[in-house]
Amino acid sequence: MSDATLFEQVKDEANRVDPYPLFARLRETPVSRQSDGTYVAATHAAISSLLHDPRISSETLPPADRPKTGNPISDWIVKPIRDRITDTHRPFIFRDPPDHDTLRKAVMHEFTQKRVQVLRERSHVLVDEILDRHAAARSFDIVDDLAYPLPVTIICELLGIPTEDEPQFHGWATQLATALEPDTMADTEKRSENSRTFETISTYMTGLIKEKRRHPKDDMLSGLAVNGVPGIPRMGDYDLIATSILMLVAGHETTVNLIANAMLALMRNPAELARLRDDPARAPRLIEEVQRYDPPVQFRTRRALADIPMGDVTIPEGADVILLLASGNRDPAVFNDADRFDPDRGGIRHLGFGGGLHYCVGAPLARFEAEAALTALARRLDDPRLQADPPPYRPGSALRGPKHLRLSIGGIRKA
Amino acid sequence: MEHLVVVGASLAGLRGAEAARKAGFQGRLTLIGAEPHRPYDRPPLSKLVLTGGVAPGATTLPNLEPLDAEWRLGSAAAGLDRSDRAVILESGDRVAYDRLLIATGARARPWPDTVQNRFGGVHTLRSRDDAAALRGALAAGPGRVLVIGGGFIGCEVAAACRDLDLPVTLVESGATVLERVLGSHLGSVVAALHAVRGVDLRLGAKVEALEDDDSGHVVRARLADGRTIETTCVVVALGAVRNTEWLSGSGLAFDEGGVDCDADGYVLDTDGRSDRTIAAAGDVARFPHPIYDGRRVALEHWGHAVAQGAHAGRLLAGQASSPAYAEVPAFWSSQGGVTLKMAGLTEGADGLVIAQGDPKTGRFLALYGRAGRCIAAVSFDSVRWLPAYAEMVAAGAPFPPIHGAVDQGRLRVLPPGFPKEDER
Amino acid sequence: MPDPNPDRIGPSPSPDVSRAAGGLRVTVDLNRCQAYAQCCYAAPHHFALHGAEALHYDPAPTAAARDDIERARVACPVQAIRVEDAGRQRA
Repeated sequence: MSDATLFEQVKDEANRVDPYPLFARLRETPVSRQSDGTYVAATHAAISSLLHDPRISSETLPPADRPKTGNPISDWIVKPIRDRITDTHRPFIFRDPPDHDTLRKAVMHEFTQKRVQVLRERSHVLVDEILDRHAAARSFDIVDDLAYPLPVTIICELLGIPTEDEPQFHGWATQLATALEPDTMADTEKRSENSRTFETISTYMTGLIKEKRRHPKDDMLSGLAVNGVPGIPRMGDYDLIATSILMLVAGHETTVNLIANAMLALMRNPAELARLRDDPARAPRLIEEVQRYDPPVQFRTRRALADIPMGDVTIPEGADVILLLASGNRDPAVFNDADRFDPDRGGIRHLGFGGGLHYCVGAPLARFEAEAALTALARRLDDPRLQADPPPYRPGSALRGPKHLRLSIGGIRKA
Repeated sequence: MEHLVVVGASLAGLRGAEAARKAGFQGRLTLIGAEPHRPYDRPPLSKLVLTGGVAPGATTLPNLEPLDAEWRLGSAAAGLDRSDRAVILESGDRVAYDRLLIATGARARPWPDTVQNRFGGVHTLRSRDDAAALRGALAAGPGRVLVIGGGFIGCEVAAACRDLDLPVTLVESGATVLERVLGSHLGSVVAALHAVRGVDLRLGAKVEALEDDDSGHVVRARLADGRTIETTCVVVALGAVRNTEWLSGSGLAFDEGGVDCDADGYVLDTDGRSDRTIAAAGDVARFPHPIYDGRRVALEHWGHAVAQGAHAGRLLAGQASSPAYAEVPAFWSSQGGVTLKMAGLTEGADGLVIAQGDPKTGRFLALYGRAGRCIAAVSFDSVRWLPAYAEMVAAGAPFPPIHGAVDQGRLRVLPPGFPKEDER
Repeated sequence: MPDPNPDRIGPSPSPDVSRAAGGLRVTVDLNRCQAYAQCCYAAPHHFALHGAEALHYDPAPTAAARDDIERARVACPVQAIRVEDAGRQRA
């Protein structure tokens, strides 16, 4: 029997740099009960099975609870109503079918090949612009200088956020990303902080949606607000706001981590960096291997709607279930030499983007953004060296990634 | 040097040959094929090839392993001499073998009248050449296409006709389409889908005869009730017959339903003894399926040809560690933009539940049970749930299986509506 | 001229022989496919979903599509895509 506090240790910031040895111990029991009553699925087989299990629900968000203001009308009349509205219009990452399917279908309808291809081209342009701006630098922070600004710009362009409003989205995205951390879900104070940010964005988005309805443009928000999908009801404002915020949050920090984790892996495997420089066509397999080896989303929390027998263990109805994606990705039963970074291992059936109904909507965009970033970095950075290994990490354990990834460089070559 | 001969150069034969090489077989390898083509993929032939999305000649299969093989294409096997360990070709040539893989597959069951069967405009659909001929006929814009038979091929052809905006009539003698595989309950869901798309469905009807003009081209079909359908393009979709005739006199146990195999995959002789130099795979192999209590089945499934082909290849290469072949049968069909995928076999089902979703919305997952166990699951545009149910089928989970799933209404066990045994 | 086959995927269909030189062969295990559509984004000219889950693909792309096809192959969450160089020695 494995240690029932292992997942507690995973969440402990002291283990942020390298949680993988803990995952190996968790895998000794495919599904283990933790001392706090949650169940952790750690093997590739158990996670894959649960990702497709219809008794697993994504409706895990605790009920909305805005902070009280002291004004009785706000606190006793407006607040309960708004809390209730928020509960019924959760973003679809926290919804089950059939509502999940309807909302997701609307988004997919607007997440067109054409829009993605345009943003693919834009990613290359934006990356080159960023690197041009640092042409004289001798130090470059992959996180602050590149990985952070790129995804927010891309998401804003996808949604159709006016350029001048983009900067405030950076802050909002960072704050809201903590909503996916288990500690935040359990902490009233942190949730209140998120609620306030949510309010602020909601107010902004309400205005923007009005504007899109009046003057629709060729962007996702206009499409969702005006067109909808034939055969299903058009998204209302509350769902539209929740969906936009979801896109912002889910598409931001995850992509930051993907780029940073990938660059870290390349810096630790300089031969791979050299090969990428010589052959940019290696980028796609490299990115898939990062999604396996060191994925931006390390785990997701779900809930059991019924007793679920998993071998020797039965997950009881109502239990929280942690799908430890990053552990399944290192499962030696599926991957030879699983702890080695090897883009050529072939057939990388990783869980980095999840699986089943909730498979990452933005995966194609994340791949293109990462490809643009990595190929340009490999081509243009002259003599890059890690300033600190391991780099400092941000506190999150679910969305795990370096806080900074500072490189000393000989210079930045022309595009 | 040992000689492995593969009779049948299609999916199962190719994947078998590859698996033998991958398992370390270093001897001579010969693939014998009745058609002049390298192995090609069949599923697109009844879908994209008919609508012109893919050229008939474009579906040649990739080799997944270097084969280093000799190819005898366009030369069908005509006999098997086990005492002399030789395959006899139509030309009379003998090909000696040390180990043999039988993967001769099946062919379309022809229209039973041998005269009408040769009328111009009467098609079957099995091979690449069949598909090329039918594609040509559809592209010419016939006034009406008649599809005889409401199985998967018949339904897919009818759907392709509607994709091309061609008038099409589908005649099915059963109560509804796909009745034998899905039962009438879900069969009628599929029938409704085709009706909405403009397919003229004639259920419970039978084509009595095809009639030609002076030049021997089909011009109409006469139904049993006396009515006629004017058509210059008929697609006979009455299922398949296994290619086993060449085994006459070989002493192996076979009939038009396939050649019998043991649990390992070796073929059986008429006395029930295994011949451990010969294995069979794909449509032609009738084998005891472990998850169906050892009942012998011959499966016409793409995934089965791949998996069992590979299994037989490993077996013949002497890879002793091959576990018994126990893949859950699985297939898919897409018709008119709807995809249905199945895991397991519905044969003998006595109950059906809609486990998730709702047939009214077009997205749902249904489960079949037999004597209190799950035996098959089918998804309609809901494939991401299917793996969970496939696991239940593999494990023989109790039926009905689970309660408390997302998007699950009240579970009601329905009669699946299969035709009686003697009508099957 | 409008495309006579809106359904068509990839470059215009041509006989097997002309594709053999330098082209690719692609098959997708459609049992395994769960319609994640990652291939459709990676190689939009060669993969497309029709309806919610019916994947249409070009079984014989030209060599020029190699990088996109490779993107599609590695991105497939269920690893259902098989690719081979048609021009390779096929004995």
